[in-house]
Order: sequence, then structure tokens, then C-alpha cells
Amino acid sequence: MANEVVDQGRRRFLTTTTAVVGGVGVVAAAVPFIKSWEPSARAKAAGAPVTQSLKKIEPGQQLIVAWRSLPVFIVNRSPAQLAALPKQDPRLVDPKSDGTSSDQQPKYAQNGTRSIKPEWLVMVGICTHLGCVPDYVGEMKAEPFDPNWQGGYYCPCHHSRYDMAGRVYQGVPAPKNMVIPPYHFLDDTTVQIGVDPQGAA
Amino acid sequence: MIKRYISTFALAFGLLLGTTAAMAEGPELPSAGTNLRDTASLQRGAHLFFNYCVGCHSLKYMRYERIADDLGLTENDVMSNFNFTGAKFGDTVISHMPADDAQKFFGKAPPDLSLEVAAKGPDWVYAYLNSFYLDPKSPIGWNNLILPNAAMPFPLWELQGEQVPVMGAAKPGDEPQIEKLKLLHQGRLTPEQYQQATRDLTNFLEYVSEPAALQRRHYGIWVVLFLLAFTFLAYLLKKEYWKDVH
Amino acid sequence: MANVFSNIGEWVNERAPGLMPVYRKHMTEYYAPKNFNLWYYFGSLALLVLVNQIVTGIFLTMNYDPSAAGAFDSVQYIMRDVEWGWLIRYMHTTGASLFFVVIYLHMFRGILYGSYKKPRELVWLLGMLIFLVLMAEAFMGYVLPWGNMSFWGAKVIVSLFGTIPVIGKDLVEWIMGDFLPADATLNRFFALHVIALPLVLLLLVVLHLAALHEVGSNNPDGVDVKHGPKGNRWDPTKPADGIPFHPYYTVKDLVGVGLFLAIAAFIIFFQPTFGGWFLEHDNSIAANNLVTPAQIKPVWYFTAFYAIVRMIPSALGTAVWGVLGMFGSIALLFALPWIDVGPVRSIRYRGTGYKVALTLFVLAFLGLMMIGTDFTDELFPKLFGSDIDITAWDNTFGRVMTLIYFGFFVFLWLYTHLGWEKTKPVPERVTTHD
Repeated sequence: MANEVVDQGRRRFLTTTTAVVGGVGVVAAAVPFIKSWEPSARAKAAGAPVTQSLKKIEPGQQLIVAWRSLPVFIVNRSPAQLAALPKQDPRLVDPKSDGTSSDQQPKYAQNGTRSIKPEWLVMVGICTHLGCVPDYVGEMKAEPFDPNWQGGYYCPCHHSRYDMAGRVYQGVPAPKNMVIPPYHFLDDTTVQIGVDPQGAA
Repeated sequence: MIKRYISTFALAFGLLLGTTAAMAEGPELPSAGTNLRDTASLQRGAHLFFNYCVGCHSLKYMRYERIADDLGLTENDVMSNFNFTGAKFGDTVISHMPADDAQKFFGKAPPDLSLEVAAKGPDWVYAYLNSFYLDPKSPIGWNNLILPNAAMPFPLWELQGEQVPVMGAAKPGDEPQIEKLKLLHQGRLTPEQYQQATRDLTNFLEYVSEPAALQRRHYGIWVVLFLLAFTFLAYLLKKEYWKDVH
Repeated sequence: MANVFSNIGEWVNERAPGLMPVYRKHMTEYYAPKNFNLWYYFGSLALLVLVNQIVTGIFLTMNYDPSAAGAFDSVQYIMRDVEWGWLIRYMHTTGASLFFVVIYLHMFRGILYGSYKKPRELVWLLGMLIFLVLMAEAFMGYVLPWGNMSFWGAKVIVSLFGTIPVIGKDLVEWIMGDFLPADATLNRFFALHVIALPLVLLLLVVLHLAALHEVGSNNPDGVDVKHGPKGNRWDPTKPADGIPFHPYYTVKDLVGVGLFLAIAAFIIFFQPTFGGWFLEHDNSIAANNLVTPAQIKPVWYFTAFYAIVRMIPSALGTAVWGVLGMFGSIALLFALPWIDVGPVRSIRYRGTGYKVALTLFVLAFLGLMMIGTDFTDELFPKLFGSDIDITAWDNTFGRVMTLIYFGFFVFLWLYTHLGWEKTKPVPERVTTHD
């Protein structure tokens, strides 16, 4: 009864082939389920580039717009605020944004003002410590947290401080300068957030 | 043995599919003859929709971007030809008619058409678009054979022209019934052109009802073939192992 | 490579000593009769569909919004905006209908070969409980898309409980948590559909299999292989007509799985609504408490039982009789092992009376389905002229079918309890096999 020859080679070959083909099928079937976790068309639409007119932002004023659900600060820096920027360098962690903060902005904003046009700051308003939204404290006057305040950002969560270019001061919990998103100017008074300028990577 | 099973299975499945398909439609309407693979027809249908329908009807589940991707149109095509409300490319198609106004004009808000074909079937939509006629008794001047007393005036009249009813012979004691419709004045299109136009529009709305239909047909054939190949392998494996069983 | 696997296996086995014995008991050393035929694929297929429903269901909950305001939109969100969401949803909806196809065939197999008879009564009872929970699961799942059929289906089915004298009205409001199906109803149905009932279902499936493996599988000959001659090529003490479940039935079931998946894939990719039978056209309209759909009927898999409700007229001022009839039609299936006490299991060796009765029972079930789907409304005018009174024809036909359905159980009781059945001799060993 148990005596006839079993072709073990054929049996092993068929078992392996079926297992491999079945395995390919299972993996292929898993792909749609994994892909279903990617941002949906709705999320992508909500994350589309945001266009903002700059006409009504007076010098020294800040406007917050949402881009990909993130708060983006748009500030029209006054000449006084701009003039104060270079003076902060000795007190900052990475004044030129070429050290620990080298990946916090696109190349075209890796400069002293961290911007395309000196007066316009466009920045993701998220503290690099633990993700709170820092307060804009634009006036250059003595503050409880800094008697020599030259305007900038103060995070209410853990007291991190940044200057008017989002550069982090020394001696605070936050490690890096705040993020500059990709953006470009459609014309002199309109900015689009989420798209690099033409020709820039 | 197995072969007999498979052929029995195939036969039963075929019969089931046949009867269900035959039973699916209710009252018999002429076939709309739509074809989702006809991209040119979908594009023409989209143009008709955005020229004649979007003034009142939204497609609240349909994004402009998806229309461009699926119908082979560029962002510029869609945004300059289809978008009259300043919506973004990723937004859904929302009519610019405020719902309150619509309520006032028509007595009821024009329905969203995202799922119209899924709910009614393409044949119904096609027949509806071909069944408007002049009706002096109606407050809006138009009536429809498929949906009597429809609240919608006939937006495509400049294309089709004006139809009037031809009354059939009345049965004793009954009102005479409308037998068919007759074209009184032809519009900008010949009857054949108008039928094609409404077919295109129905085709577009069928696509809008289920944009995934384009994808699923594309992938389906490979999935089925793969599974049949797997079944064949499994069958060989089973035969091999069952040599042990006496 | 193979060494690594066996080492890991050993490592686990030393630390979880129960696993290998369980594997052996239910797979390699579970000796199933070698003569299973086509009907025996549906058990493993039911398990496959259950897994499919759970996996796709979990992924659907990730994007579904169980609120009256958001449910309908979220289904369209899944169908359009979520990557591959359409596939996941169609796998779930097609799986739901195919679940019932498979389960009905699986149950019919049990009746065909007397698998409910001693010593497998408990297997049958657990199976019937699975069927009952599955019906509740399917009904609540049907409500979730919150289309107009969902809404009115919920309203009508919940109203069945309203026919119960005295407490009916309060019971209906308690089930819905409102005066019409509403947010509260949807929320609780969602919770039951995705957590509570699946847990119960899984537990029952485990018990169903455990009970089956305790007594051993029946087979198309209804022969008790456990009590037959001993000794096969794997073990001299095990039934001569038994073969190890693994690998013989695993590879055989794999063929069934492949073919079944090919059919399922064809439906999912080419006919996902199945002509309005798996996904109804009227459910593409959002729930509207002011407009009832033109045709309000349950999904196809409930129609036979639902038709019984329609066919039993109200009496003594209450409509509870129809509802009792419907639940009774299911309860009688539970009692089958005690209604049918004939000594022979398989239809192959049973009396002619049984064969005729079972044929009529199947026809009655299909007839009731035709009534429940309103198919007869189209069929009768075609067969007997368009001027007939359809309702009268429907009622007559449906009542005859209902009588046959219940008559089957009455006949079976008399037939076996009074010893009218003339059976054929049952062979010692199983007859045909692959």
C-alpha cells in the first residue's frame, strides 16, 4: 500500500512553486492596504500650495496662514528689526544657519535674514523643541524674559527664544532655528507657500 | 472529476450572472450605450456638464484634479474651462448657485449629481435627457416623460430644440396617454448629434459616479489571471500529494 | 535556511509546549475521511471570507465616520479619496454576499449528509449560532453606509421587534435610541458591528472547529470512519479511511481557495454591485427620513426569511405571527438533530420520502427568495399575462412555499419518529474518493 515510489523532487518543486506564487499574491494583496495609509486626495488638496497677498501687512506686523495644517508666519520686518538682526549673531546658536540648522531652510533662504526678500519673513511657526507655536513679540523693549529684547519669538511652553529671523538663542531648550518652508513670490505683493522659486531646487 | 466540477461551477456562475444582469434593470429603457473607455466621449461629456449643468448642480465628491488625471486633461484645461468659482485644483466641484436661491427658483434645491448614475442607472439618465417636452400646463413650461413634473427646466433646449407630445388613442374612460415625443423645432444639433451629446454627458456622469471603475477594470484582468494560474498550480500540487491516497 | 527555521521552531516549542500538540491534533494528526467531495470546500472558504471581512473591515474603520452626518460622505471618501479605498470596500461588500453564498452551501451540505446527527449535534448548534450572529452582523453592517436603503432597512427590521405585544413599542425605541434610526442607532450598530459581534463570531468559530475535531468529520457516505477498520499508511491505530488533514486537505482546499478567489476577484473588479444585488442602487442616495425608496426589500441573503414575514397575515389585531414565523423558520433549523432521528445520515442511503422532501424544501427556500426579492412581481405577469392580480398570485405562491418550508420539518419528524423511512444499507467503508 505504501510502497509505490513518490517523486519527492516533483513534490518539493510544486510545493515551493505554489508557496512562492502564493507568497507573491499575498504581498501584492498587501500593497493596496499599505498604500491606503498614504495622504488621501483630500489631505493632498488641503496641503496644496497656499497663495497669500501681502498688501495689507504693515511693517512690523505678522499674519498667520495655514499650509498643510501648519501655522505659517508671514512678517513684514521693519527697518529697525532688520537692523537688529546682525547684532544678535554672538548670542545665537547657529547665526548663519549653516551648522546644526543647515537643513532648516531651502538654500535660497540660507542667508542673514533667512528669506528671499530681506523684509519678508516666511516661516513655519513651530518651535523646534517640542512643537509648540511661539508667540510673536515684535516690539524692541525690555521683556521679563530678556531685558535686552530686540524683537522675535518667545515660546510659552518651555521659554525658548528666537530672533526676528527665527534663529534660536543660546541657552534655551530649542536646538535649531525654526523651519523656512519652500515659497516664492508670484509678484511683488503675492507670495505662494509650498512651491520653490523657478530654477531653485 | 475536477474538470466536471469546474465546468459545473462555471456554468452555474454564468447562469447566475446572466439572470441577475437581466433582472437588474426595472422598466425597460433603451440602452444609453455609454463606454467608460471612450476618453474622447468622457471629455465631450465633461464640457457639456460644465457648460450646461454646473450652474445649478454640484459634483461634491468629484475633484477637478481627479477629472484632469482620469480624462487626460491638463491642469490648465480643467481650471480655465471647467472652473468658474475660483476653486482650487484639488477642490471638489461645487455649483456657484447658493442653495437658498435654488430653493426659491425651483421649489427644491437641484440635487448633487455625483452619484446620479449609481442611483438611477445610465439608461435612466440618458432617457431623462431625451424626454423633455413643451408643456403649457407646467409652471416652468417644460415637462418630462421619465420624471413627470420634474422641477428642472430643460437646459439643453438650445441643443435639441423643442419636443411636443403625440397623444395616443385613449382607452375608454381614460385620459389619452402620451405615445411618443416629436421634434417641433430642431435646435443647434441634429437628432443624431443630440443623442450622441446626451450619451457623452451620461458617460461622464457614469464616470463621476465611480471614478475607480477606470482603475478596477485596468487591474482586474491581471488579478483574475494570476489567481487562475495559482489555482492551476495548487491543482497540480493536490494531484501530486493525493497519489498517496488509495 | 531550513535549519534556522527548525531551530526557531524548537526554541518556541520549548517555551510554549502547547503549540505543537495543538498543531498536530488539528492538522497533521487530524484524520479526516478521504472521500470529501465538492461540498466540503465551503467550510474552509467560510474561514477565508471571515478573515477577509476582518482585515478589510479594520481598514474601512480607519476612514469611516460613524455619524449620521458623516457616514455617507465618508463612504464616498473611501471610494474616491483614499488610495485603493475602493478595492478595500468592494472586497468587504463582495465578501459579505459571498459569505452567505458559502454559508448557505455549507449548511446545505450538513443537511445533505446528515452532519447534524449524533454525535455532531453540538457542531450543528454552534454552526447555527454562527449563522444567527452572522445575520445580525450583516444587518448592522448594511446600515453603516447610511444610504436610503440602509436607513429604511434599519427602520423596517427594527420595527419587526415592534410587533411583540405590550413591550414592542418601547423595545423599538430602546434599540434605536431615538424615534427613528438616527445618530445613536448608527453609533451603537457600528460598535456592535466592528467589535462586539466579531468577537462573538470568532469565539463561536473556534468552538465550532474544536467540537468538530472532537467527534471527527462526517463524510458524503455518512460512514463513521472512527468506528470502522483501523490502520492507514501513516498510523496503524488510526481509521483506515482517514487521511491527515495536513497536507492532503490543505492542498485540496488550496485549489478551492484559488478558484473561489478568482471568482471573487472577477466580481470585485468587474461587477462590484452585481447588478444591484450586492450593492443596491437606492443605497447611492443618502439616508432620507422623508422619502422611502421605491422598492424596499432586504439584501438577497435575507429575502427567504423576510418573505415569510410577508406571507403570514396578521390576526387577532397583531402582526407578531409573521415575525414569529420568521424566527420559527430559523429556530426549526436549530432543532434539526432532534426533529430528524432517522438512523442513516447520508442522503445516498436514505428513503425516497426524504429525498423528495428535501428537494421540495430547497425549492420552497428558493421560491421564498424569489418572493422576497420581488422577482415574482416580474415573473408572474410574463408567465400568466399582464392583467393578473400580482399580489394575490404572490400571496398564494408564497403561502404554499411557506407551508412547504414548515411542512418539511413536520414531515421529517413524523417520517423518522414513526419509522416510515425505508433506508438502504450503509456500507462499511467509504465508497468513492479522489
